[in-house]
Amino acid sequence: MPITRQDVIHVANLAHLELDSAAIDTHVTRLAEILEYVAKLNEVDTAGVEPTRHASDRTNAFREDVPRPGLAPAQALSNAPEREGQQFVVPKIIG
Amino acid sequence: MELYELTVGQAARLLRDREITSSDITRAVLERIEACDGRIGAYLAVTADLALAQAAAADQAIARGAAGPLTGVPIAVKDLICTAGVATTCGSRILEHFIPPYDATVIRRITDAGAVLVGKLNMDEFAMGSTCEHSAFQPTRNPWHLDLIPGGSSGGSAAAVSADMCLAALGSDTGGSIRQPAAHCGVVGLKPTYGRVSRYGLVAFASSLDQIGPLTKDVTDSALVLGAIAGHDPADSTSVPRDVPDYTTFLESGIKGMRLGLPREYYGLDGLDGEVAAAVRAAVAKLEEMGATTVEVSLPHTDYAVAAYYIIAPAEASSNLARYDGVKYGMRNPGKSLVEMYRRTRSAGFGAEVQRRILIGTYCLSAGYYDAYYRKASQVRTLIGRDFEEAFTRCDAIVAPVTPTAAFAIGEKVDDPLQMYLSDIFTLSANMAGIPGLSVPCGFTADGRPIGLQLLGRHFDEGTLLRLAYNFEQATDFHRRKPFL
Repeated sequence: MPITRQDVIHVANLAHLELDSAAIDTHVTRLAEILEYVAKLNEVDTAGVEPTRHASDRTNAFREDVPRPGLAPAQALSNAPEREGQQFVVPKIIG
Repeated sequence: MELYELTVGQAARLLRDREITSSDITRAVLERIEACDGRIGAYLAVTADLALAQAAAADQAIARGAAGPLTGVPIAVKDLICTAGVATTCGSRILEHFIPPYDATVIRRITDAGAVLVGKLNMDEFAMGSTCEHSAFQPTRNPWHLDLIPGGSSGGSAAAVSADMCLAALGSDTGGSIRQPAAHCGVVGLKPTYGRVSRYGLVAFASSLDQIGPLTKDVTDSALVLGAIAGHDPADSTSVPRDVPDYTTFLESGIKGMRLGLPREYYGLDGLDGEVAAAVRAAVAKLEEMGATTVEVSLPHTDYAVAAYYIIAPAEASSNLARYDGVKYGMRNPGKSLVEMYRRTRSAGFGAEVQRRILIGTYCLSAGYYDAYYRKASQVRTLIGRDFEEAFTRCDAIVAPVTPTAAFAIGEKVDDPLQMYLSDIFTLSANMAGIPGLSVPCGFTADGRPIGLQLLGRHFDEGTLLRLAYNFEQATDFHRRKPFL
């Protein structure tokens, strides 16, 4: 199934990216090539094969729940594009 | 011999014997960077003041008799490893002014071991690329031939080590990003087993595949630096609580009787360049001459590895990179609403290749496509892991090329992402399976481009790879050749 402009616009919306018309065209072409290539996975019989999500045999990693120092508020805010007191500032959400 | 030409092992010995000081080596390295990096572009930032202060402290520690394995040794790190107070850009506009408030665990470990940080190294943006052309700031050139790519994504790390602009470097490897640039620049690159080295403070690309490792001038240094950075870290729950051996103890044992697996699918690959194949076959013959035996093995799912990887890695990336929203850190491009601000920030902050991977990943994870793409790829990943398990019942290590071709020209593949992805064929399976991989210099093309030999091993068996590579290195002189700068 070929990827369409509509698909690219939909996925860009999900990913919070805004693309101009030329970028959409380029992505349609490139993504179509890549998706056509990865479709070769359909040749592989994976019936009954468990998926691998990560390549380690660790399951849960527990540690004692003891308090320890974290970042001070000033450090945590030190890279904020906009801040006020001890808060991150964002554009108004509720009209 | 100039001080900047020293290996880590040589420098540590001379420092311990008080024949030189760390301040001397550090100044020599800083001067070397000044003299050469204008042509190469390996560094995004040189931390000269910090380095000289750390060198002075190292000299005092040595005077007190308190030298560690890396005390006083100038090391540089890929710019996606967080350094407290030193900008960490990840090669991206979106993190251009990001100053981490904390050190990555590997930085703490090398600093505790006494290392001197000389700077931060260029890379493809968010480690997505094989050429360093996808850095938002500058290309890096291959020290052996300035028209060629140094490889990527740890291209700055490989170029800096190759050009003697640091004694060793740290990089990260998600699909070959340490081994491939090491091969292209004629240095040693090691991707440890998944979980061997803490990822805490490593800017995430694909969390189930990423691993930090050393790029060094020789195999001894690889063992020394790995020993310093490996080990469990409570701050990274995927790091494994398992003792860290002294990796240098593996080196001196010979390789007589070691069984080497040669994957049929790798040596028979259509796109494998003749000169690369010849160099790798000559290396295999050399190892046989030294007492190893070889056996043909099969990795039957090789042909599907690139496809599975280029679903899984972008899927994880699209999720990891959702955090760049212009709120807590990183760039913000203002907008009237929150969502408009997100969009404007991410579109202006991420480069074309990163946006492409976010789109692929989002597509593969989106409703209706998840099973067909992400789940399917994760199942194929299981089969790739089984291929290696099966192969390792018949051999102690796999010997293979690192790359299908030697370094190519800057600009040659920049507009053809699929071609760039396909060049990762020999390296990315190790990340999918979580096994360690090492690249060691094994020759040059007729026109002088370095070629790497790849060794792949069982989980946590870095010792065997280092032993093989060290013995090979002792029997050859490829690692002693230097680019003319």
